[in-house]
Amino acid sequence: MQRFILSKKKPITFISAVLLVIAYTSHYGFGNEQIASWAMIIASILGVAPIAIQAFQALRVKVVSIDVLVTIAVIGALLIGNYEESAVVTFLFLFGDYLEQRTLNKTRSAIRELTEMAPESALKLMSSGDYEEVEIDGVDVGDTLLVKTGAKVPVDGTVLTGEAHINEASITGEPIPAGKAAGAKVYAGTIVDNGTLTIQADRVGEDTTFGRIIELVEEAQDSKSEAERFIDRFARWYTPAVLALGFIVWLVSRNIELAITILVLGCPGALVIGVPVSNVAGIGNGAKNGVLLKGSEVIHDFSRTDTFVFDKTGTLTMGNPQVADSIVYTDEPEKIRAYLSAVEKESDHPLARAIVSYLGETEPYTVEKTDVVKGGGIVAQVDGRRVAVGNAALMEKENVHLREKGLKDIDLFQTRGDSLVLTAVDGELMALTGIRDQVRPGVRKNLARLKKLGVKHLVVLSGDNQGTVDLVARELGLTEAHGNMLPEDKSAYIQELIAQGRTVAFVGDGVNDSPSLALAQVGIAMGSGTDVAIETSDVVLMNSDFSRLPHALGLAKATARNMRQNIFIAIGVVLVLLSGVFFSDWMNMSIGMLVHEGSILVVILNAMRLLRFKLRN
Amino acid sequence: MKKATLQLDTLTCPSCVMKIENAVKSLDGVDKDSVNVLFNASKVKVDFDDTQVSAGDIEKSITTLGYDVKKVQVR
Repeated sequence: MQRFILSKKKPITFISAVLLVIAYTSHYGFGNEQIASWAMIIASILGVAPIAIQAFQALRVKVVSIDVLVTIAVIGALLIGNYEESAVVTFLFLFGDYLEQRTLNKTRSAIRELTEMAPESALKLMSSGDYEEVEIDGVDVGDTLLVKTGAKVPVDGTVLTGEAHINEASITGEPIPAGKAAGAKVYAGTIVDNGTLTIQADRVGEDTTFGRIIELVEEAQDSKSEAERFIDRFARWYTPAVLALGFIVWLVSRNIELAITILVLGCPGALVIGVPVSNVAGIGNGAKNGVLLKGSEVIHDFSRTDTFVFDKTGTLTMGNPQVADSIVYTDEPEKIRAYLSAVEKESDHPLARAIVSYLGETEPYTVEKTDVVKGGGIVAQVDGRRVAVGNAALMEKENVHLREKGLKDIDLFQTRGDSLVLTAVDGELMALTGIRDQVRPGVRKNLARLKKLGVKHLVVLSGDNQGTVDLVARELGLTEAHGNMLPEDKSAYIQELIAQGRTVAFVGDGVNDSPSLALAQVGIAMGSGTDVAIETSDVVLMNSDFSRLPHALGLAKATARNMRQNIFIAIGVVLVLLSGVFFSDWMNMSIGMLVHEGSILVVILNAMRLLRFKLRN
Repeated sequence: MKKATLQLDTLTCPSCVMKIENAVKSLDGVDKDSVNVLFNASKVKVDFDDTQVSAGDIEKSITTLGYDVKKVQVR
């Protein structure tokens, strides 16, 4: 019975409306008070039924909910014969509830669209040797699956056979399909554009990258800031307090009308819903635009950021360095190149990889006693000689004689903006290699946008030499540039900025800067959805598209502003209503309920604006 | 300890969250600190001791409040 009534809320609301129309036409049109009164009474009793059931359920688990206040108020109004008030209040409450549900669904739609992209079934290789369609929960790690054109990849896995083009926009934001063949990794939630693959499941369900993203977004939209937790605690005591206030007013004044009016006016609706709806709408907008904001605390901090610190390689630049200049100071260049290539093959540093690919095929040498010097380079034994490959600091440590020509070339390379790799054999400088990394397209314009949004300091930190970093900073319009920095120097620098009272956002690719990501108030990972980046950061730019950064900041600011507006509206409404009750004679239950439901809709509609938020240049 | 995730019908009022939270917390065998009702996602996440209470009991405590449970996942 209870569940039946609750499931029929919508028709009940509709019937209440019809009864109200009948009551008012018979009252004003025909002067028939009898019909008018009965219509109002039926509307009240019908309307209060679902509210009373909810109130009763709440009381059973020791919660004084809004339903409790409204139920008491309506019953009170019925008892003193004020049928019009009771009917109008129940109708407004139910109708408001319906509208809230509709509009709330809208604010949540962006995130729901994302979660609905989760794969639901898979074609699994059974023991019979045939593929059968199974529920996604029935897929385990190690299973072999078949994915055809148009289908969603159901798990994170490795391609066993076949070739296909896969649209990975849901993970990387990259709209151009990527070609995949045997051995390639594929991700859950991506869509096969054309081709057929068999894949082996490596990670399933919530463990997949897509599953993690969904879980993070879901938790983010419901995560609460300090202010919200305060409002929650407040609401927990507020509603019982209103009930007590109503009771005291009745005891003192013996005026039931006044007492029940206070119950209706005191409903906390807009206050408890105002901040969460802004939050969900803001995060929803982000999710749709490839920006993952992890919760309202992050939004709050992010909106106040005045200092952006960037990692250079892979963040401001493409992270795909290439050899631009090369000089060899020796009469046996082939041998030196072969040494260099052999040593650099020991490392997977981006600069080393650039050199190896530049040198191509060389005479093979065995490398012994390899010693990786952190923040310096590599020292090793090749062909019985001591070979040091690395930066100027390493050369100094190795007591390498640079000679005048070498020093001049180093200067020249630095002014061109090259990263330097020096090669010394037995303490003599033998080769100088200049490597350049292309700046990401559009970075300059987007940094300017950040400044326009009120960011004062744009800092770049890099392990590269100061000359290179300065050049990048000048080219891009950054305010500060610091080179020759080890990962721990970067985090120390950030700590110092925070100590100065700045709100710092660190932007990195999440590969080797996770300490800085974790340390900054706002850690922003520019990644193509790599696990580490998603876990350690506060904000993830799903695709390496730098233009998302100003959007993310603008969105955070807009969302924080929206929350403040909603709190302001909610508190303002309660104050106006309560002062109306005590200082005016036009205030009654119906007006109170109307204003109250209206204010809830206003805060939801206000939050909905965030769904359409776009940064104006 | 097991972990249950219950997908509910869309939640619309913040006070529903409080009701559900209190109802689930009142069950024996439920880790009270772990009860997390996600308002916007309309989900309940909870850790429980499966020797004392079952996922079905948790589901029932929510449905008797008048909220439909669409899907239960236990890990």
